[in-house]
Amino acid sequence: MRENKSESIFYNVDWITVMIYVILVFMGWANIYAAVYNEEHYVITDISQKYGKQMIWIGTSFILALIILIIDESFYTAFAYVVYGIFMVLIIAVPFLGREVKGSRSWFRFGDFGLQPAEFMKFATNLAIAKFLSNQNIKIADYKNTFVTLLMLGVPMIIIMKLQDETGLAIVFVAFIFTLYREGLSVNYLLLGFLAAILFILALLVNNIFLFGIIGVLCAVSLLFIKRSRTNLFAVALIGIVACGMVKGTSSVYEHLEPHQKIRIDVLLGRGTVDLKKEGYNVNQAKIAIGSGGFLGKGYLQGTQTKYDFVPEQDTDFIFCTVGEEWGFVGSSIVIILQLTLIIRIVFMSERQRSPFSRIYGYGVASVLFFHLTINVGMTIGLAPVIGIPLPFFSYGGSSLWSFTVLLFIFIKLDSHRLQILR
Amino acid sequence: MNQLGDRKFLIIGVFVLVGLMFIARLFYIQVIDDSYKLDANNQAFRYKTEFPVRGYIYDRNNKLLVYNEAAYDLMVLPKNISKTDFDTAGFCELMGITKETFLKKMKKAVQAPNSPRKESVFEKQLSPKDYASIQERLYRYRGFTVQSRTLRKYPYKIAAHMLGYIGEADKTTTEKNPYYNEGDYLGISGIEKTYEKVLRGKKGMHIMMVDVHNREKGSYMNGMYDSIAVPGKPLTTSLDADLQLYAEQLMQNKIGSVVALDPSTGEILAIVTSPTYDPNLLVGRSRNKNFAMLSLDSIGKPLFNRSTMASYPPGSTFKLVMALIGMNEHVLTPTTRYPCARGFPPLGGRPKCHPHPSPMDLVGAIGTSCNSYFSYVFKSVIEDKKYNNVYKAYGNWRSLATSFCLGTKTGSDLANELRGNVPSIKYYDKIFGKGSWKASTVISLGIGQNELGITPLQNANVVAIIANKGWYYTPHIVKAIDGNPNDTILDRFKVKHYTEIKDTAIYNAVIDGMAKAVEGGTAASLKIEGIPYCAKTGTAQNPGKDHSVFVCFGPKDNPKIAIAILIENGGWGATYAGPIARLMMEKYLKGKITRPDLEKRMLEADLIRKLNLVPTTNR
Repeated sequence: MRENKSESIFYNVDWITVMIYVILVFMGWANIYAAVYNEEHYVITDISQKYGKQMIWIGTSFILALIILIIDESFYTAFAYVVYGIFMVLIIAVPFLGREVKGSRSWFRFGDFGLQPAEFMKFATNLAIAKFLSNQNIKIADYKNTFVTLLMLGVPMIIIMKLQDETGLAIVFVAFIFTLYREGLSVNYLLLGFLAAILFILALLVNNIFLFGIIGVLCAVSLLFIKRSRTNLFAVALIGIVACGMVKGTSSVYEHLEPHQKIRIDVLLGRGTVDLKKEGYNVNQAKIAIGSGGFLGKGYLQGTQTKYDFVPEQDTDFIFCTVGEEWGFVGSSIVIILQLTLIIRIVFMSERQRSPFSRIYGYGVASVLFFHLTINVGMTIGLAPVIGIPLPFFSYGGSSLWSFTVLLFIFIKLDSHRLQILR
Repeated sequence: MNQLGDRKFLIIGVFVLVGLMFIARLFYIQVIDDSYKLDANNQAFRYKTEFPVRGYIYDRNNKLLVYNEAAYDLMVLPKNISKTDFDTAGFCELMGITKETFLKKMKKAVQAPNSPRKESVFEKQLSPKDYASIQERLYRYRGFTVQSRTLRKYPYKIAAHMLGYIGEADKTTTEKNPYYNEGDYLGISGIEKTYEKVLRGKKGMHIMMVDVHNREKGSYMNGMYDSIAVPGKPLTTSLDADLQLYAEQLMQNKIGSVVALDPSTGEILAIVTSPTYDPNLLVGRSRNKNFAMLSLDSIGKPLFNRSTMASYPPGSTFKLVMALIGMNEHVLTPTTRYPCARGFPPLGGRPKCHPHPSPMDLVGAIGTSCNSYFSYVFKSVIEDKKYNNVYKAYGNWRSLATSFCLGTKTGSDLANELRGNVPSIKYYDKIFGKGSWKASTVISLGIGQNELGITPLQNANVVAIIANKGWYYTPHIVKAIDGNPNDTILDRFKVKHYTEIKDTAIYNAVIDGMAKAVEGGTAASLKIEGIPYCAKTGTAQNPGKDHSVFVCFGPKDNPKIAIAILIENGGWGATYAGPIARLMMEKYLKGKITRPDLEKRMLEADLIRKLNLVPTTNR
């Protein structure tokens, strides 16, 4: 009996996760329909329209999910590095082989449809890191191993950013910081990163000289509370100098950013004057659309701001505006809660893995989904800079839906075998 | 590993924290902060005002006096015009204007009192033909919209002052009355003003959705929040268009006023202010130019509505009231005779009088309009022993006089009425000092001079009161609203007002006097065959040549029309005012004119030129 059951590919599959996934995908589809709704093409399956195409992406995603569940789970551990390598080759090749579409060189085009290999680099990298860190001889706390891990993340990140000019896709790799933290990365790195982020923002908002003063005072005050040993004195001084260096560094980093990136940061921080018709347009329109939704929203297909094109990119990166406008506070909260439920569910599932590989991979999935959710929703409500990354399972687009499906279902597959031997 | 396992709590904590932050932020921008809703509405909604059709105006025989013609205002909202994408050349070509004109108009639309955020008129009152040619391509020019309007048209070109004109609401109006937006049309004068609420109807509002390119995408929520414009109601006036036209023709080239009432109802049959103007002049794009032109005429003052706004010394008409008061106070009987020595003897011949037989009784005095006689009557009323006190007697006199609706607005539905003046005791106390004036000080009140002031409308009403023997309905011009004569707005015109003199015998004595004036007195040359009527000729003294005054009503029994005419500087009542009144009465009562000679003389009389009143242009 039990023997028979375990032969089924659905044996031990976490149906809660699958259900949330399916709900999100269909909610996304409905909202894409609303975002690009067009009375002339009102049939949701019309494949000349984006919602028709999305239907195809959803169908193929389900097939992909099925294939992933059919493939033997040992495949993913065995070929983790191979997959990583293949996609690495692809993302390097795309700028040279792929056709340029709208100034972007990250696409392979097949007629009307396009694929973006960089999207798939996420799960490939996740596999490779899981493979590397799950090696019993590897302790991430070692500087050498930390370095290797960061290299595994940094190389695709730099390739995508520099060769393909897709900042949004590249920046996602920062998400793996959660995985690394869970696997033992020193808290100091996180604090350093946190400090850097705060200083970066402060350096842009507050006069630098004033900031240096504050750092000095803080260092002096901290000396009052700790033992005044030579080492501590030295440490505090070092921190102070590093902090000042970061402040100074911020200005030079900021100056080296692309103009549009500077503007996005300025818009977020409210620096200088923001022209709502130009650089501030997207964020302002997004906020108007969401804000005008009210408590219960304007009703399905009744959103004026999204339906009538006031919000740019409303079917892809700004899809959350449609949710906010038509479903209101209730609808947007439900979407956020559903997404977070999925993410936290994955964290719990990861923790129940016997195999470190599965656990590390699971944390990667949760981290990537969380990062996407934070940046995507954050930018539409003015809490994060505008970075063009999709809302998982919601945004229009085959590559992102496929990549999220693959990312998630590999974990579902691994999870379904959690009771088997350690890998 | 357990130690590291605890790290999941921090990670989950971060996830949950971010989620809560987002939900809090969403709650703020979606539920608490309303500004985004406003922004959204401003962007995606276009509030289209649907202006209702203004009510038509008819005369008493359902002849159309005022109707509407469609026109279209091209509106501009400068802030919606893209600095980069706007096709100025194409727009100029569409509108048939030069780029300079365009820039000039845009500048005007941006500067105070307009502003880039306020919609203002770019081009006023395009004809339906012009509108049709630009309508289809207009959507390309974001920031421009069309607003349909209606313009008044007057097929008869009569009764300009009574009808009044339409103007645009300015800031003061909109602040006082939020119904109006700046630039909305509303009645400024005449019955367009007094019946504004009835005529205007109710504005409708359509909420249209527009996309980012300003293309209309249908109405919001299928029109759930739209309101439909309610058309203005038509007015039926009591004016007799033929009589009005005739009176205006007779009054041409004369300065003055004619008011004709139906005494039995208080309905105004004709109300003329001369010189008048074609009401069509104050409509449409040339309105400002024409208005300026009309304002420049400082002698004729065609924009000045003399019928209700000019206060003249009532002169002879008031002698009729004086006679009624005298008899009411029992200080006068129809047989009372007073001497006249080309003036009032007790005061050394002042006020002066003209040569006529003396002494005379009441009927004779009315017929000849003797100044001396009515000075005696006034003196006897003011010095009436039964009051023991000149001021009490004066107070009584004033109360009787004002009960004829003098010194107070008649309360008609004509706009901008003047109250006229019957001086109060306080007034004279101020001028002469308390207790230091008496009957002889103000003796000329008795002959309708001094500070007495009366509008032509009040004058006609006094005649109607005499014709009715002591009562009147408030004079009014509107008979029915939307075909309903019983509309509550008109209720106040159905209340009979009585004077303080109620004895009809007293009126009969005066009426007899007026009838004698036609039978064999000052108006003997103005008889109408088959229609015995009552009249009183007169002159009203004023600094220049006397005003020609004539009041009459007829037929004598069961009066159908009461007329008061005043022609400035027209001299004797029987010269101009009398014949015109006679012709009008005949026209109204008989429908034809039996004295073409008189008609021709009146039509041709040009007092303005004769008196050299034509303004000479300075070279």
